[in-house]
Amino acid sequence: MNDLSLHIIDIIQNSLSAGAGRIIVTVDENLSEDLLTIIIEDNGKGMSGEIVRKLEDPFYTTRTTRKVGMGIPLYKQSALQSGGGLTIDSRVGEGTTVKAWFVHSNIDRPPLGDVANSFVLMVSANPDVHFVFKYVYNHNQYVFDSLEVAEVLGDISLSDVRVIKMVEEMIKENIKELKEG
Amino acid sequence: MNKIKSLEDLRKMKQNLEHGMNIREKSNEPESLVQIRVAMATCGIASGARTVMNTLVEKIEKEKIPAVVTQGGCMGYCYAEPTIEVKVPGKDPVVFGYVDTAKAIEIVEKYIVNGELLDGIIPTNYKTINDKN
Repeated sequence: MNDLSLHIIDIIQNSLSAGAGRIIVTVDENLSEDLLTIIIEDNGKGMSGEIVRKLEDPFYTTRTTRKVGMGIPLYKQSALQSGGGLTIDSRVGEGTTVKAWFVHSNIDRPPLGDVANSFVLMVSANPDVHFVFKYVYNHNQYVFDSLEVAEVLGDISLSDVRVIKMVEEMIKENIKELKEG
Repeated sequence: MNKIKSLEDLRKMKQNLEHGMNIREKSNEPESLVQIRVAMATCGIASGARTVMNTLVEKIEKEKIPAVVTQGGCMGYCYAEPTIEVKVPGKDPVVFGYVDTAKAIEIVEKYIVNGELLDGIIPTNYKTINDKN
């Protein structure tokens, strides 16, 4: 994994496999506290405490197509090497929240990468899932809600390739504005 | 042209699209669309699945191909990632392995548009090492 935006796709894929109908992604850059936090919450089927404990073991996976599961261990490693950490809060039947935090200025922190692109691809590939994307930069935030966008688009699906780049541009312009203040 | 920033900007752009509507009118019937599923598990993402997905989206938009790009999980072909499954209406789904940007464009131009056979298909009778145990 080259950057954090790829880990975000990886965790969203887990949420989708857990049957989530709503996924909320928050990226919070707080420069005064020198902290970068990424939270991914879903309303999927959730996991028991026992399974959550096993997740950090790369040789634990629920899938049957292969015998290793590196997603969470790699993500956690990125967080730990940047002076941060990772927690998983999950309840059976309610959903799962994966929170990772990083020391923003740490030289070992992977770059954030193109989060707008990651997010738009997930939204367009799964038009029936309700996605919310919050980008917080020094307490100012931009919120993208796929239901609002779907309403604007009307009979044109979020998966229509002609709208993907438009939605990506919209998210990027808003993030840019947040950062430029 | 001004950049799209608000939902209102998006609404205006969408109206322009409606005027130019042609081949995509069938988009309400998913069975009539080519479905391209990109494997997006850890193995796929780490080997470049997102780049492949972006390439496919750009290519099918440019060529105005009635297709949708979706995502899937790990199919067990981790050794051959990035992998994509292509389902052309009326044909059996086909899985391609080791898909990079050039291969993705070749798959769209040759397999999807022209119906030509291509190298790089993972046979359906392939068994993963786990199946063999």
